[in-house]
Amino acid sequence: MLEALYRTARALPLGRAPASDPACSGVQITPAGAEARFALRIRDAGASAAGLPLDGPINSVRGDDRRWIARLGPDEWLIGSDEAEADQLPAAIAADLGERAHAIVDVSHRNVGIDVSGPLAAAVLNAGCPLDLGDAAFPAGSATRTLFGKAEIVLIRHDGATPRYRVECWRSFATYVHGLLAEASLGVGETARR
Amino acid sequence: MAQPFRLSRGGRIDRSRPVRFTFNGRTVEGFHGDSVASALLANGIHLVGRSFKYHRPRGILSHGPDEPSALLSVDRGPGRIDPNNRASVVEARDGLKTLSQNHWPSLEHDIGAVNDLLSPVFVAGFYYKTFMWPRKFWDKVYEPFIRAAAGLGKAPSVPDPDRYANRHAHCDVLVVGAGPAGLSAALAAARTGKRVILADEGPEPGGALLHDVTAEIDGRPAAEWLSATLAELDSRETVILLPRTTAFGYYNHNHVALAERITDHLPNPGTAPRERLWQVRAEQVVLAGGSHERPLVFADNDRPGILLAESVRVFINRYGVAPGRRIVFATSGASAYAAALDAKAAGLHVTLVDLRTESECGPELARLKATGAEVLTGHTVIGAKGTKRVTGLIVAPVDRAGRCGARRLLPCDCVGMSGGWTPAVHLFSQSRGKLAYDETIDAFRPGTSVQAERSAGASRGTYDLAGCLQEGFAAGAAAARSEERRNFTASPTLTGFRPVRAMPTDVDPGKVRAFVDFQNDVTAKDITLAVREGFHSIEHVKRYTTTGMATDQGKTSNMNALGIVAGQLDKTLPGVGTTTFRPPYTPVTFGALVGPARHALFDPIRTTPIHEWAEEHGALFENVALWRRAWYFPKSGEDLHEAVARECEAVRKGVGIFDASTLGKIEVVGPDAAEFMNRIYINPWLKLDVGRCRYGLMLKEDGYILDDGVVARIAPDCFHVTTTTGGAPRVLAHMEDYLQTEWPDLRVFLTSTTEQWAVIALQGPKAREVIAPLVDGIDLSPEAFPHMAMRQGTICGVPTRLFRVSFTGELGFEINVPSDHARAVWEAVWKAGQAHGITPYGTETMHVLRAEKGYIIIGQETDGTVTPDDVGLSGMIAKAKKDFVGKRSLARPDVVASGRKQLVGLVTDDPKVVLDEGAQIVDDPGQPIPMRMLGHVTSSYWSPNCGRSIAMALVADGRARQGRSLHVTTPEGFARVTVVDPVFFDPKGERIHA
Repeated sequence: MLEALYRTARALPLGRAPASDPACSGVQITPAGAEARFALRIRDAGASAAGLPLDGPINSVRGDDRRWIARLGPDEWLIGSDEAEADQLPAAIAADLGERAHAIVDVSHRNVGIDVSGPLAAAVLNAGCPLDLGDAAFPAGSATRTLFGKAEIVLIRHDGATPRYRVECWRSFATYVHGLLAEASLGVGETARR
Repeated sequence: MAQPFRLSRGGRIDRSRPVRFTFNGRTVEGFHGDSVASALLANGIHLVGRSFKYHRPRGILSHGPDEPSALLSVDRGPGRIDPNNRASVVEARDGLKTLSQNHWPSLEHDIGAVNDLLSPVFVAGFYYKTFMWPRKFWDKVYEPFIRAAAGLGKAPSVPDPDRYANRHAHCDVLVVGAGPAGLSAALAAARTGKRVILADEGPEPGGALLHDVTAEIDGRPAAEWLSATLAELDSRETVILLPRTTAFGYYNHNHVALAERITDHLPNPGTAPRERLWQVRAEQVVLAGGSHERPLVFADNDRPGILLAESVRVFINRYGVAPGRRIVFATSGASAYAAALDAKAAGLHVTLVDLRTESECGPELARLKATGAEVLTGHTVIGAKGTKRVTGLIVAPVDRAGRCGARRLLPCDCVGMSGGWTPAVHLFSQSRGKLAYDETIDAFRPGTSVQAERSAGASRGTYDLAGCLQEGFAAGAAAARSEERRNFTASPTLTGFRPVRAMPTDVDPGKVRAFVDFQNDVTAKDITLAVREGFHSIEHVKRYTTTGMATDQGKTSNMNALGIVAGQLDKTLPGVGTTTFRPPYTPVTFGALVGPARHALFDPIRTTPIHEWAEEHGALFENVALWRRAWYFPKSGEDLHEAVARECEAVRKGVGIFDASTLGKIEVVGPDAAEFMNRIYINPWLKLDVGRCRYGLMLKEDGYILDDGVVARIAPDCFHVTTTTGGAPRVLAHMEDYLQTEWPDLRVFLTSTTEQWAVIALQGPKAREVIAPLVDGIDLSPEAFPHMAMRQGTICGVPTRLFRVSFTGELGFEINVPSDHARAVWEAVWKAGQAHGITPYGTETMHVLRAEKGYIIIGQETDGTVTPDDVGLSGMIAKAKKDFVGKRSLARPDVVASGRKQLVGLVTDDPKVVLDEGAQIVDDPGQPIPMRMLGHVTSSYWSPNCGRSIAMALVADGRARQGRSLHVTTPEGFARVTVVDPVFFDPKGERIHA
């Protein structure tokens, strides 16, 4: 019964949360669909594994929306991919890493993704994230572990003409993170100057 | 006629946009651009409040944030009432309701004014002196009385309906204050293309330029320079200009907090947040917060109608309001002449009284005299006439020795006083910069900076316009690392004053009420009395007299108070020192500080994938760390006791289902994983077979128990660690700490999988039968899958790590499945269990069942001072291990000494008595008090399966007391108990292997 649905029948915690722009502020807040994610840890990483670059600088992300790898520390990466790739990807990475000591842990269900985009997206994120999200400090291609309010998140900035961010948090924090994003987008463009 | 004191022209108000608000129920008309203070003055209303201590009539002293007297309660609608708003900074708008404070029955007739007559009683330190004896009066009489009398205004009584926002921001240059210096600094910094934030507390940037109608900058009117500058700043995308925004706190690393008031001035704010807290991290800060004018200290200087001289000028020039028709300016310096000149130009009757002699004055004297105004140099102010409004000023010639000549009464309806200026060094001081006393300006100015910050303009004691512009530009350029400098030409500013503390008088200064701190009602004689009584430190004087301790933080009063203390002690001002300034610069709403962190967003509420199911099935929840866990599942009419009794029995006799998803989980992976486990835990791990589980106990370095949990070996180089719910973050941090700092050579990686795996605990004799039809790829037979084993397969087609473990003492499984599939699996198990009477149970039943078996809970049986031996688990320690975290500490003398508290079971003589957790235990209740406490109850429950109460306790030498009687405190007295082994149910542990 469930077998056929496995992989496609994931009950996402924000499954029922409304998508897009709750505040009509021009900032789209969209819970991501079911995706696969892996925590990769290795000390002598080399250049790449399974086509994923491992030589990018710390706090950078490479790849595209369907398959990305974010370097969060000297020996730590967070990998995102389509759910369809989930079964093959860890084995492919492991095969490329060979004898080098490493850990690939499936965290697909631990992590929840929320996409935040729009001209004022950074201001919405800065309601809870203390980092400098300006173009110079956090350009497209940046990724970091940080805080959003009282929740730990991984923040990724994708390429795009309008700012596009991915917020990754742990499953049980998703309601809080999504709620705070929605609250922050309410009146984000309002200022005392009128 | 409405607004009888509105001047026929002038001001930055918009006369085409009238506004109406109420003051004490009376409609007040003003114009867009008015402050509440200016609109009140336009209508001739000066009496706006009663003072804090003496209930003296008070008016409007100032036009800005330093206002100490005109404190109003402002009502912006239901739930939106704030006390103690300064009338000078609240913008007038339609629909506002304002109320005066601190009087009964009315502002005009206030019973509390009797305090003013009794003032000889209420001297400095009155409370300390009066309420000392008798001691027993304190709790019932004195404290309630003082509390009732204390405080100003009424605190809101309903929840704040407004929204508040928070924003972190980074910039290269933060400029505080948009007066000439700040604007000039922002301009210089902005031209480099760097990111600039310019914040100003007023509704309109410009500072003093907004009321200086005659000044010119670079040959054109100042107003033109102002609009050109604002236009240039606006045209730059890298500049954020924040009006109505107060920089109130300067913290470490150039972290400056700003409060932006977004909607208070709008009649229809919509859904916009009321305020936004900006937390700015600036590379460089330019402080250009201006300066505060000092009042003159003379008898009855607090009468309504007596304003600061510059404030009179502001009301005339910026708001087009005459604070009076017949104005006397009293001063010891030049700046009041500018106000007098403008008042004269507005057609008002002007007299000026200057403490300085003619020879001390500058060009201002001739300029004012040329207008025909009377100027009395070398005169002091003896006192003011009038009670609810000033009616006259008594002045007299005075020589430098302070001898006064013949008095003269100057009739008037308004006084503009000026005792000189004090740079606003608050933020500089908050930044931990050291203040330096500058005799030439009789003030403390910013000395050495501690952070990346510089002051410019009046806030560092530069008062002339050209100097402010030049200094501001230089500061802005330097902050932006630019070499650009600019010279400004501007009309000369009238500056300079003779420092004066209390004005010379011909009466006994100990008899007059000359106010220094208007908000806290501190007079000059209070301060001299404090010094006479031995309070010589300015910090002591401040606390004894409360001068400078009101919400205005002594903006107008500090220098006068300091000066009086210095004079009394015959010391210099720097010899007395100054008190330090603390945040906030001006009061900040709680809402701004709290921001969106309220209700559901106060704290993350962590819930499991099973949470909604539990809600749907009537669960009540309890908080465990940030998690919300199902506590018990009452059926209709059941209380906790009944529900738990039913759930407990169901598990022992049939099968129960429990959501254990909150357990912490850590994937420990790497070639050295087993070695790492061996060092972190007290028990051995090297020989644990793949597919087997072990209960692990870990200590801190001090030898005390940190956490526990079942661990499964998934592969030779992979362990699935579980921790307690609340302990998960600290255990991961503890492990990472050792891995990174002590054992960097170990090739091990830790990944939190707490939320990857949801855990469905199925416990009870029927557990195997329930899951058997759902599980594939795992032989569930007891021989193939014994207690403390782990198998991987699928359940309902979902991959699972199936643990055969038990925290209940029954046959049990913990089904680990990826979280997003947990609810579906749970429901499948639930459905399959119906035939076996499956019962959902919560944490309370879990606690009872484990207590029946004597299993400890971290944080209940342990409290950070408990060793493995204390809880009877020393057998777990691997003797052969060379080392593990905490091993050495277990050999400490006090750890191996006898008499330590040990875990035991307690059964009460009366089986129905359930002891209180935390209750103290004694040997003989007849012993004299203080009794010797032997320990305390750690867990206590009614056990349905034992048919009686059970308890666990930590008792000194507990194991040696087996079978003996002890006594436990109860609310009624003592209960007699017998010490037993802490395993109350199935002591042989046979059921678990079923």
